[in-house]
Amino acid sequence: MSEITKEQVLHVAHLARLAITDEEAEKMTKELDAIIGYAELLNELDTDNVEPTTHVLDLKNVMREDEPRKWIDREDALKNAPDEKNGQFRVPSILD
Amino acid sequence: MSLFDYTLKELQEKLHNKEITITDLVDASYNRIKEVDDEVKAFLTLDEEKARAHAKELDEQGSDNPLFGIPIGIKDNIVTKGLRTTCASKFLDNFTDPLYDATVVSKLKEKNTVTIGKLNMDEFAMGSSNENSAYFTTRNPWNTDYVPGGSSGASAAAVAAGEVFFSLGSDTGGSIREPAAFCGVVGLKPTYGLVSRFGLVAFASSLDQIGPMTRTVEDNAHLLQAIVGHDEMDSTSADVEIPNYTEALKQDVKGLRIAVPSEYLGEGVSDEVRESIKAALKVYEDLGASWEEVSLPHSRYAVAAYYLLSSSEASANLARFDGVRYGVRSTQAENMVDVFKYSRRDGFGEEVKRRIMLGTFALSSGYYDAYYKKAQKARTLIKNDFDKVFEDYDVIVGPTTPTPAFKVGEKVEDPLTMYATDILTIPVNLAGVPGISLPCGFSSEGLPIGLQIIGKHFDEETIYRAAHAFEQATDHHKQKPALGGVKG
Repeated sequence: MSEITKEQVLHVAHLARLAITDEEAEKMTKELDAIIGYAELLNELDTDNVEPTTHVLDLKNVMREDEPRKWIDREDALKNAPDEKNGQFRVPSILD
Repeated sequence: MSLFDYTLKELQEKLHNKEITITDLVDASYNRIKEVDDEVKAFLTLDEEKARAHAKELDEQGSDNPLFGIPIGIKDNIVTKGLRTTCASKFLDNFTDPLYDATVVSKLKEKNTVTIGKLNMDEFAMGSSNENSAYFTTRNPWNTDYVPGGSSGASAAAVAAGEVFFSLGSDTGGSIREPAAFCGVVGLKPTYGLVSRFGLVAFASSLDQIGPMTRTVEDNAHLLQAIVGHDEMDSTSADVEIPNYTEALKQDVKGLRIAVPSEYLGEGVSDEVRESIKAALKVYEDLGASWEEVSLPHSRYAVAAYYLLSSSEASANLARFDGVRYGVRSTQAENMVDVFKYSRRDGFGEEVKRRIMLGTFALSSGYYDAYYKKAQKARTLIKNDFDKVFEDYDVIVGPTTPTPAFKVGEKVEDPLTMYATDILTIPVNLAGVPGISLPCGFSSEGLPIGLQIIGKHFDEETIYRAAHAFEQATDHHKQKPALGGVKG
């Protein structure tokens, strides 16, 4: 069934926010096609009446009181940032 | 004898009797690293100055636990406050000042272990050979032409080479057990939820677990004891009663019911590996345990389901690497979207990109049901296989890997062949059950072979009991690689 196209790969790369060259897109098309082709092995399985497993443990939502607590201060939060200004993360302009 | 030949218990006795100091242990670690790490290439970052100061400080205090003062290496996807943490990725090359310790690291600090440094891995834990590290490939101490396994390859190699006394790894599809098997050490993937994942850089959150890597089963139990427990910082951390793991080692295996899946000894498993497992089963018979062949019929679907699920989760988890708050930012980008796109292009390696792409595809509109949801349903069937076998048996035993370690470069061109390396470890993660690998023999080329013992949810005690009994009845764990020209 699978026959991944280069256009699909470019679309997925955009969704994943990955810049890829034309050459890389071609290589990745072949690779993804092979992996997806292999994954179609799962189509042998009759899963009509099977519930999906998202999690192996029987966990319920874990809630706690929404109370502020001391974690890290602003100066620390910024010290691994590639760029910062006036106590904030600095990025290129989002609006034109 | 070298200090690395002693168990934790023996080391504590020597410390107590003042035959050795913690400074001696830390010296032994760094001396050995200087001697062999050019060959093994296990460490990405060393913390020598701090470790030596810490040792001096601890020499003034009295030991209060089995891990006191023992040098440890930590896989580089486990966050260490103030100590560079890269996940072996160029993206985090400049992440030199992490703000907090992972819960496992805080717990070890309470026990006063001494952190020697951070260990190499496949980038973001994606790989089975260490060849996906953005820095260099760690080598197998038994033969440096061979891979140490992955992704916790250096965590295994550093223990096998006697550079540290134990280490922490992480296991999403076999990343502790496969390198443990390849390097001839003991590695446990605990039950999902037993060890807090807080501060473990997330790869696939429904599968990831941190676990101990050691020379012996007893040491492994001591290290696990120190890192388990409920953690309110990890909402998937299980609130269960914690047993005393070393107590479990005192029991024998008489009457233990062992299941051996026929799928784990079938096609693709090398003759030498199969023979080693059969010899191990004979040891268990002699010790009074019994074994029978069983079937885990959905095993052959595990690798496909795993790559869809783990890559989908990874594509979401790795969205956090955007070049804004930490990590490397592309200097080419002029607008916001390009900051993301170019930083991720420059920062991520080939395999990481491949998995992000696969995961994004499997989750994308129109494909979600066919791939992601289908894989979740296959996961249910795989988990049910295990539940069924565990109704009648105490443990499942088989090989950890179909073959011993392969050569550097041998599988690097073909992702699917590389993925198949984990065919016997992946089902364990999908089912969420615990599994251990320990040495059970050597190939004709002198490479270690691993025995995998799988247990019920939260039944690490029975795994340890079975592993310890086998280890004490054999001497595979006493063999050491001839590195640096001298044995030891």
